[in-house]
Amino acid sequence: MSLQSTPISGSGVAVLEILQLPDPRLKQVSEPVAAFDDALQRFIDDLEETRCNGPAAVGIAAPQVGMFKRVVIIDCSNTRKPVPNHGHLILVNPEITHWEGFEPGREGCLSVPDYTGNVIRATRIRLSAQNREGAAVEYDMQGYEARAAQHEIDHLDGMLFVDRVVSRRTDLFRRKVYQKGGAKKT
Amino acid sequence: MSDDWRMLTLIGKDAPGIVAGVTTALAGSGVILGETSMLRLGGNFTVMMMIAGDASDEDLRRMLKPVVSTHAMRLHIDPIDAHLHQHLVPNVQVTVSGADRVGIVAQVTSALAEGGFNILDLDSDVAGSEDKPVYILLISGIASESVEEVEERLDSLRRSGVSVNVSAIDTYIG
Repeated sequence: MSLQSTPISGSGVAVLEILQLPDPRLKQVSEPVAAFDDALQRFIDDLEETRCNGPAAVGIAAPQVGMFKRVVIIDCSNTRKPVPNHGHLILVNPEITHWEGFEPGREGCLSVPDYTGNVIRATRIRLSAQNREGAAVEYDMQGYEARAAQHEIDHLDGMLFVDRVVSRRTDLFRRKVYQKGGAKKT
Repeated sequence: MSDDWRMLTLIGKDAPGIVAGVTTALAGSGVILGETSMLRLGGNFTVMMMIAGDASDEDLRRMLKPVVSTHAMRLHIDPIDAHLHQHLVPNVQVTVSGADRVGIVAQVTSALAEGGFNILDLDSDVAGSEDKPVYILLISGIASESVEEVEERLDSLRRSGVSVNVSAIDTYIG
């Protein structure tokens, strides 16, 4: 792999460089993972190290570090107030198969420093994916965790939260309907 | 990026094309924009813009004169001590609604100020009808107290028949 990285002495894992706007690579659509090999395992370890190294990052997606593969990590088990969650999740080839409800919530992004904004997301989703070994997994998610999954899967489709951000006044007039989005896969 | 910012304020009757006219004139003067906010208030166009550039206030007034005159607008340009990339992230949202009467905002914000609440954003609007106006107030900011403590501070308003909701804003970073 030809990613810029900072090796962590003795640990074998590395903190990868995070792409930031206006880097056009963030708009790239990521490819499905086909091989669950050692290279993937090493990359996932580095991606997790990078997530933990970021300021208060709950999730991270592979394309944020210039790896255009459909891999995301989310962990909603450590929020200020506990929220329903499934713990630390490594989701490979994730697909949202069902959406329900919508609500605005505030988001920020490691790839968009110094900006947060309101984004309307589905409140409940069903998600199918593979784990890091390639086994099929399925989760019903709600609220903050559902938001996390939608934010990270957007990255895989070349979408950033700033592409979906709505006016602060939208909170008063909740009329918009969440639409399945993301750049068209090619 | 320059830290030599001025605040340009424009108000007047709203009409399509004002923003385009203003920003085109500014761009023609080599002026860059920082953070800006445009709102329609009571049918009026209002905008505040952080601007920076070599053009003098007089140059700017001259460049903006056509659009300002056309729309009978009032223009202010003031020097400000300002910087970009100073965003604060709110952690609590307060929503208040109730029959419109004098003093709701004063009561809410005074109660919040007593707890050290830092208001970052405040929007209010009057909904309902002319004979039954409903005041809606949306505040977001930084509370050093818990949501429950903020709610407690606003209890007296609730008892007076105003609907008050306090919720945590958990900003997702990913």
